[in-house]
Amino acid sequence: MPARTMFDKVWAAHEVVPETPDTPAVLYIDLHLTHEVTSPQAFALLRAQGLRIRRPDRTLATLDHSTPTRTEQIFGDEPIGLTDAARQVHQLEENAREFGMELYGLRDPRRGIVHVIGPEQGHTRPGMTIVCGDSHTSTHGALGALAFGIGTTEVGHVLATQCLLQRKPKTLAVEVGGRLGAGVTAKDLILAIIGRIGVSGGTGHVLEYRGPAIAALSMAERMTVCNMSIEAGARAGMIAPDDVTLAYLAERPHRPRPADWDAAVAGWRALASDPGAAFDAHVAIDASVLEPMITYGTNPGMVLPIGGEIPNDRGDPVLERALAYMGFRAGEPMLGKRVDVVFVGSCTNGRLEDLQATAKILRGRRVAPGVRMLVVPGSQQIKREAEALGLAEVFRQAGAEWRESGCSMCLGMNGDTVPAGATAVSTSNRNFEGRQGAGARTLLASPYTAAASAVTGRITDPRDLL
Amino acid sequence: MEPIKTLRSTTVVMPSTNIDTDQIIPARYLTVTTKTGLGKALFADLRYAADGTPKPDFVLNRAEAAGSRILVAGHNFGCGSSREHAPWALVDHGFRAVVSTAIADIFKTNALKNGLLPVIVDPATHRWLVEHPGAEVAIDLESTELALPDGRRVAFPIDRFARHCLLNGIDELGYLRGQLPAIERYEAAHGR
Repeated sequence: MPARTMFDKVWAAHEVVPETPDTPAVLYIDLHLTHEVTSPQAFALLRAQGLRIRRPDRTLATLDHSTPTRTEQIFGDEPIGLTDAARQVHQLEENAREFGMELYGLRDPRRGIVHVIGPEQGHTRPGMTIVCGDSHTSTHGALGALAFGIGTTEVGHVLATQCLLQRKPKTLAVEVGGRLGAGVTAKDLILAIIGRIGVSGGTGHVLEYRGPAIAALSMAERMTVCNMSIEAGARAGMIAPDDVTLAYLAERPHRPRPADWDAAVAGWRALASDPGAAFDAHVAIDASVLEPMITYGTNPGMVLPIGGEIPNDRGDPVLERALAYMGFRAGEPMLGKRVDVVFVGSCTNGRLEDLQATAKILRGRRVAPGVRMLVVPGSQQIKREAEALGLAEVFRQAGAEWRESGCSMCLGMNGDTVPAGATAVSTSNRNFEGRQGAGARTLLASPYTAAASAVTGRITDPRDLL
Repeated sequence: MEPIKTLRSTTVVMPSTNIDTDQIIPARYLTVTTKTGLGKALFADLRYAADGTPKPDFVLNRAEAAGSRILVAGHNFGCGSSREHAPWALVDHGFRAVVSTAIADIFKTNALKNGLLPVIVDPATHRWLVEHPGAEVAIDLESTELALPDGRRVAFPIDRFARHCLLNGIDELGYLRGQLPAIERYEAAHGR
């Protein structure tokens, strides 16, 4: 057999029917994750056609997107403030009951952001195909799964058949050499990669992140990297399973049974791309020269090292429009710009390590007067862990708000929004116009940079405070 | 779904690159449990002032945009979130095709499933379309060609299966359910 990439292996193992020029492949889906925002219309379709969920045992639902993060609204008597959001939450609860789908409901200790809980609970495993009506499904590729976002019509297809009609994507190897420096994180790495590839550079491709800098990353860091593959336009991102992956999996509630463990490990170890496997495209990045990165514009590819100056390409209408929206001028430095809001959380940077990084900066310091800081854990388990480690107390003492888990201010569906015209440093994944609220101005950065900027009220190089 | 064979319309032009799905329909409009009526939220932040009044300079608010079914947009249209609300909003507003030099993967898939044609053209054709807003063009799905007013015909790529489904009004779920025997065999053979 010719040398194959990891993607080729996972794809081939899930081809129910191979593609032909006239017909797409029928691809088997091992795990289907659903949430309240992109599933209601798919369940309506099932109802209209008299269909059931074909494999409820391969389907899992959680509440995250339009879900409140205020404790009183989850565990107290306070109603969900937004009527439509409340209706969506209740609709998913009703759909789960009617269709026999497991739901990590509002007060479930396993609830959290869909891309945080999948790996955390051990539902996500190497070699799986995983889909969800959410573009950041690419996160799960950190464990060597082929995981990608789908639309609601396709959610209906998977619910009804456990399969999808798919054309085989191409592969792009992202070779990351060297090692990240102190204070430079996985978030800075993926922002630098997107800056290099561009926001449409990965279109039609599955990225495989590889090389010594990737091997040195923890699982949480790998998830941050794979999470933002979609921001380069890619269908998915993958990292080969290794000892780090196995150690992580061994601690999951849904790990394979002891009797099945060795066989599972053998299968996972065989997933890595064969030596000499051909990729359709290559990009090489040296991690050791990277600095903390921050975005200055209105897509994640508009990014620069934090000490840098906003590009001065006069006459570029895209840049001019972005800068007008952001209220920035070409040639200005990013350091020292005023900050109104700081958000730490999301499927990109809402894991325990991200909260630890945030606390490392905030410990013994205060959020600057006039700055609102919101810290939202990626899951209820992470919330409990952060509280047990005393991190929550660090956040509270610093003057930050500490919330229940959810997508929250990443996209502002639940009412956690950035006001129009305000500048937010956010550990999330998208700085699109209006993403965090109509007129909101978003700067994407690492938890270190977000926390450092919260303390000074200005864009700050976190290495000055570490 | 109703079959689509040809489409003739004047164009609306939004030349910006990377028009993401948050711009097409902001997240606060996603708290719906149906697909209908999303046209009013299409490009909401670009289209309306904070008090809800239409911004007169936005292209969709101009008189000549009324009734247009073809949107010409900049490179990498539809990037970002997987929300199918984006094509739902475009279709509900009346659009039946988006013409660009590149269209993001998930958006393209979602568009095809809702009778919204993703039409990729070469940069020269795109430039002509951008420079001639309101031009009457025809899109022929049978021949997979876009016809410009001067008679030029430009071929565009489209997945053969998606084209077949659109031309014949075939529901992809029906096709996929027809594969259930193969799916069951796969599950049995692979321990699923």
